[in-house]
Amino acid sequence: MDFRLTEEQQDLRAGVRDLLAGRYGREALRASVDSGGALDRGLWRELGGAGFFALRLPEPDGGVGLGLPEAVLVFEEAGRALLPGPLVATHLAAGTVPGAAEGTAVVTALDLDGPLVAHLADADAVLGVPSLPSGEPVRSADPLTPLHRVAAPGSAVAAYRDEGALLTAALQTGSALRTVELAVRYAQEREQFGQPIGAFQAVKHLCAQMLVRAEVARTALYAAAVTADPAEVAGAKLLADEAAVRNARDCLQVHGGMGFTWEADVHLHLKRAWVRARQWRTAGEAEEALAAELLTAAR
Amino acid sequence: MDLTYTEEEQDFRARLRVWLGKTLPELPAKPSPDDWPGRRAYDAGWQRRLYDAGYAGLHWPVDAGGRGATPTQHLIFLEETERAGAPYVGANFVGLLHAGPTIAAEGTAAQRARWLPPVLRGDEVWCQGFSEPGAGSDLASLRTRAVRDGDDYVITGSKIWTSHAEVADWCELLVRTDPISEAVPKHRGISWLAMPMDAPGVTVRPLRTLAGSTEFAEMFLDEVRVPVANRVGAENDGWRVTMVTLSFERGTAFVGEVVACRRTLGELARTAKANGRWDDPVLRRRLGRLYGEFGALWRLTQWNVSESERTGGVPGIGGSVFKLAYSHARQELYDTAAEVLGADSLVLDEEWVLDRLSSLSYTIAAGTSQIQQNIVAERILGLPKGR
Ligand SMILES: Cc1cc2nc3c(=O)[nH]c(=O)nc-3n(C[C@H](O)[C@H](O)[C@H](O)COP(=O)(O)OP(=O)(O)OC[C@H]3O[C@@H](n4cnc5c(N)ncnc54)[C@H](O)[C@@H]3O)c2cc1C
Repeated sequence: MDFRLTEEQQDLRAGVRDLLAGRYGREALRASVDSGGALDRGLWRELGGAGFFALRLPEPDGGVGLGLPEAVLVFEEAGRALLPGPLVATHLAAGTVPGAAEGTAVVTALDLDGPLVAHLADADAVLGVPSLPSGEPVRSADPLTPLHRVAAPGSAVAAYRDEGALLTAALQTGSALRTVELAVRYAQEREQFGQPIGAFQAVKHLCAQMLVRAEVARTALYAAAVTADPAEVAGAKLLADEAAVRNARDCLQVHGGMGFTWEADVHLHLKRAWVRARQWRTAGEAEEALAAELLTAAR
Repeated sequence: MDLTYTEEEQDFRARLRVWLGKTLPELPAKPSPDDWPGRRAYDAGWQRRLYDAGYAGLHWPVDAGGRGATPTQHLIFLEETERAGAPYVGANFVGLLHAGPTIAAEGTAAQRARWLPPVLRGDEVWCQGFSEPGAGSDLASLRTRAVRDGDDYVITGSKIWTSHAEVADWCELLVRTDPISEAVPKHRGISWLAMPMDAPGVTVRPLRTLAGSTEFAEMFLDEVRVPVANRVGAENDGWRVTMVTLSFERGTAFVGEVVACRRTLGELARTAKANGRWDDPVLRRRLGRLYGEFGALWRLTQWNVSESERTGGVPGIGGSVFKLAYSHARQELYDTAAEVLGADSLVLDEEWVLDRLSSLSYTIAAGTSQIQQNIVAERILGLPKGR
């Protein structure tokens, strides 16, 4: 047993981080917010070209031939960068929906726990659904996740639920780790009462708890990626949702008034974390799944 | 990322299972919680069996009398013994989990030869004399003084919350060998000594815990003479030695307990199913959440063990992250147990209830949660030291 990342895995992660820093850095992020959250097709194709969607397709089928652990590392980076779009659904559609693997098609999914669909206007297909449903646009809490209300939500995602939940947990974990960094950096720079606010224990303890949440979630995520055990996936989603949401809130608190300001990125992390917490598997569903498994294991 | 076990590791697990299956039924009945001499004898007996079977000091280095097992084998050992319901280290906690490893890491050859074998055989029990009435979290401000007189230190002062002091043979004692002054930082003048508990001038007065037991005590030291040769590490360098000790305490001490908590959670689910509380969705979900959390904590121990293979077996400060998450989860576990038990959670005869009371110490002992948060913030996240 060696839980640590292999050298190839570390290289993969570093490579994706570099790619995203270059192609979707802070300015690109803010530009997409300003442009109303429309999906950048050029970026989507570039992600496809870099293997983002075809990562787990076998090599003979034009894929990269890697597994869930690698996918989780890549999605963690996307979560850090707040990369928008139906990343998980398109990744899951690679190999079945033409163009998904290459990033020439945008595929969304009916993965929310209600009659809403994300990125419907930009989508070429919906995972597991023969034709695009029609829907009424509604104003979305997350500026980078446009939402439509559809008439019949359906349950086409059952077959993809575990993988969808795992990859979403990876996005959440990435976001949770990123907000720790943002909070710590701000706490080191911002001075009040003649010293960096990070020297105050109340602030320190917020930051320490953020790290604890993120590290516990990350460990659960990696383990679930290795075992692909449904209960472990449910646990990873549960902990990652909580880490992403709570960390974004604490990060906002550490930023004080700046945290409540549109110009700061903190609210973007929080709002996206809220969206993802409602995708694939909610906390309530994960807890029920875990409870059922606990009882089975205890017998 | 590889969570499978090598053939050698699986083999080790299989042999251990066989041995446990044979040995556990031979154990004498457990003594009652307040029978301290009985508990000591029971814990020593278990340690002796481990020793005879070659499992004592599994993770200690070979030149310290240990087996030099890999951290992963140690993890398997803790997992299997706990799963089989084997006894805890109990009274041997300090000797095996931190005095011993500290002597192994910092002691001279003679010191290792004197103190380590009896710990491994279960012949001698250690306790930890760190905390003082005026020095808990701020351990470096301790005042118990050791003044040199020929080949001895003469020690005067008092210690508090010393676990197992009543039955211990030796105490890992922190003393001040250089008075606190403006000139030197207070953590400089501290030394680490091995003090025999039967030395003249040592008085132990049991303290009752909130659970009603006397698992710890106050210790009064009145001109106790301890040979200078009993000092581990250099004079006034005891703080550094102590940090080695504490990293052992936090790094590996709780591993088996996570397994225990997972078993406990299973029992709790069965109880809830039997008494109908399982039908309450709020409670059921709480149990589900705990199952997820303890699953993650188990994975975190594996993560920390993998990391410690990199650092040659010395646990890193990742132990602080673990302790913070674990101590909270454990308290939540017993609060949830109280919800399952209902009014029965007020009946002190229930084992759950005693365990719930004990779990209250987890955010205090071995460094409070607030102190752990300071450590995480300053040493891992790099936030500035403050006041
Ligand atoms: C069951 C049990 C067994 C123990 N066994 C032993 C043993 O065998 N040997 C031994 O030496 N000791 C032992 N201890 C003592 C233990 O190590 C101390 O209780 C612990 O270090 C805290 O010190 P204190 O009790 O003096 O609390 P204090 O330091 O007085 O703390 C009181 C409160 O103030 C907070 N606080 C203190 N300083 C700070 C700070 N800088 N920032 C923020 N908050 C702060 C603490 O978090 C806590 O909430 C044991 C304790 C328990 C409960």
